[in-house]
Amino acid sequence: MIYADNAATTALSKTALDAMMPYFTDYYGNPSSWHTAGQKAKEALENARETIAACLNCSPREVYFTSGGSEADNQAIISAARLGEKQNKKHIISTAFEHHAVLHTLETLKKQGFTVELLDVGSTGNVTAEQVKKAIREDTCLVTAMFANNEIGSILPIEEIGGACKEKGVLFHTDAVQAAGHIEIDVKRQNIDMLSLSAHKFHGPKGIGVLYAKTGITLTNIINGGAQERGKRAGTENIPAIVGMAAALKEATGKTEENAKKVTKLRNELINGLSNIPHSALNGDTKNRLPGNVNFCFEGIEGESLLLLLDAKGICASSGSACTSGSLDPSHVLLAIGRPHEVAHGSLRLTLSEENTEDEIKYIINEVPKVVEYLRNMSPVWKDLLSGKRQFVL
Amino acid sequence: MAIYTDTVMDHFMNPRNVGEIENADGIGEVGNAKCGDIMKMYLKIENDIITDVKFETFGCGSAIASSSMATEMIKGKTVKEALSITNKQVVEALGGLPAHKLHCSVLAEESIKAAVKNYYDKNGIFYDKSQFPCDYNCKACGN
Repeated sequence: MIYADNAATTALSKTALDAMMPYFTDYYGNPSSWHTAGQKAKEALENARETIAACLNCSPREVYFTSGGSEADNQAIISAARLGEKQNKKHIISTAFEHHAVLHTLETLKKQGFTVELLDVGSTGNVTAEQVKKAIREDTCLVTAMFANNEIGSILPIEEIGGACKEKGVLFHTDAVQAAGHIEIDVKRQNIDMLSLSAHKFHGPKGIGVLYAKTGITLTNIINGGAQERGKRAGTENIPAIVGMAAALKEATGKTEENAKKVTKLRNELINGLSNIPHSALNGDTKNRLPGNVNFCFEGIEGESLLLLLDAKGICASSGSACTSGSLDPSHVLLAIGRPHEVAHGSLRLTLSEENTEDEIKYIINEVPKVVEYLRNMSPVWKDLLSGKRQFVL
Repeated sequence: MAIYTDTVMDHFMNPRNVGEIENADGIGEVGNAKCGDIMKMYLKIENDIITDVKFETFGCGSAIASSSMATEMIKGKTVKEALSITNKQVVEALGGLPAHKLHCSVLAEESIKAAVKNYYDKNGIFYDKSQFPCDYNCKACGN
């Protein structure tokens, strides 16, 4: 099996698994307990917090453990909104291609009287600090912009956007779920006030994430209950997962450059290989792009059938077609960069990690064109394109 | 993938009757590329019997499997029998479809009906218009 869906999730690293195991088998205490078993767990919790803080260049007190990226996004945005409304600031700026964890939270806030402005991401799929600067108003309480896009891999100019927010005194949150462990993060240098990350995107376990919130930002609870996480996130801490996340992030952060170099090379080979397919196009920013992200649209076919056939050939991939999302609309990201519906349905996302090999890339380059051709040959849309009844877009 | 039954996967991986019939007696095209599914059905009809049928589909796995199954179900049948095929029968023959994929079976039923209607219209055959309530240009995949 060739696993090329690393933006969905990654394999757990051996380092993370080894770090976690003792906390399942031996040190199962509750960190809130006063006895030795509990204190052993508490020690692991605080060590993990320090490790993660060092990776992000923040203070351990600024690290809050959550159930994952979605919860961290929810909490960051809601906290900023609650702080904003106290000062009568109810305007939020974000981008059109955020993850649904952000967009749906913003939808909820809209119903509560907030105004949400989603910045246009253009045909390459990116935003500029200038756009952010222009959009900031007197009553803006938050700018939330993703560090890197999960579908098309664009890397946003976070440091500049953060700088613009700092200059205007507006809180800045970034959803760094796809960035953490893959590209450099330094919350101080990059002017980030709040950041979300999720462990399973960098070879850590699932169900655990971090919300970084700069000292001075009062968080609003999403989960109420006990006094864990300095009272800001109730629930007994998932110690094995937290320990595993810290180990995975430390490992990934230590190899960011080396991995990026290797994965970028594989990615470029894959992009070059797939570009030979007629009437296809790469989606997203060619320059500012995550090392492992490849996303193509193939005209005349539908993405789900493409995925099923690739799966039968042992290739695990993903698509922005409506059929894979469970809704009638294709990916909002592909629509945001201007792909028409019928073209967005025919998308394929392949996301690589340092565990992929040259041979795997060659195999994918060999198989994808065959599958695309097979599906095109049975597609009435393709036939209409060839006969001129429909106009080619790509 | 366990999303689909073995029968669906079989009809998706080895679709029956794919292609086009030149000089078909009836052609029906339903669906909308915007929603991600288009089915085109070609019929050869002799003495009221469907002697050959072929399909072309742009769509997901269940759309391709539904079209393939539908062609198998009407081949060799009378036109009247073909018209009586319902999407439920297609789903049953496939051993079931996930709930959000049921519209694919609706498209299969509609594509047969559209092809028969085209055959009737082309040959000036009188028919009860209420048999064809759908305009075959569904904007929301079967709604």
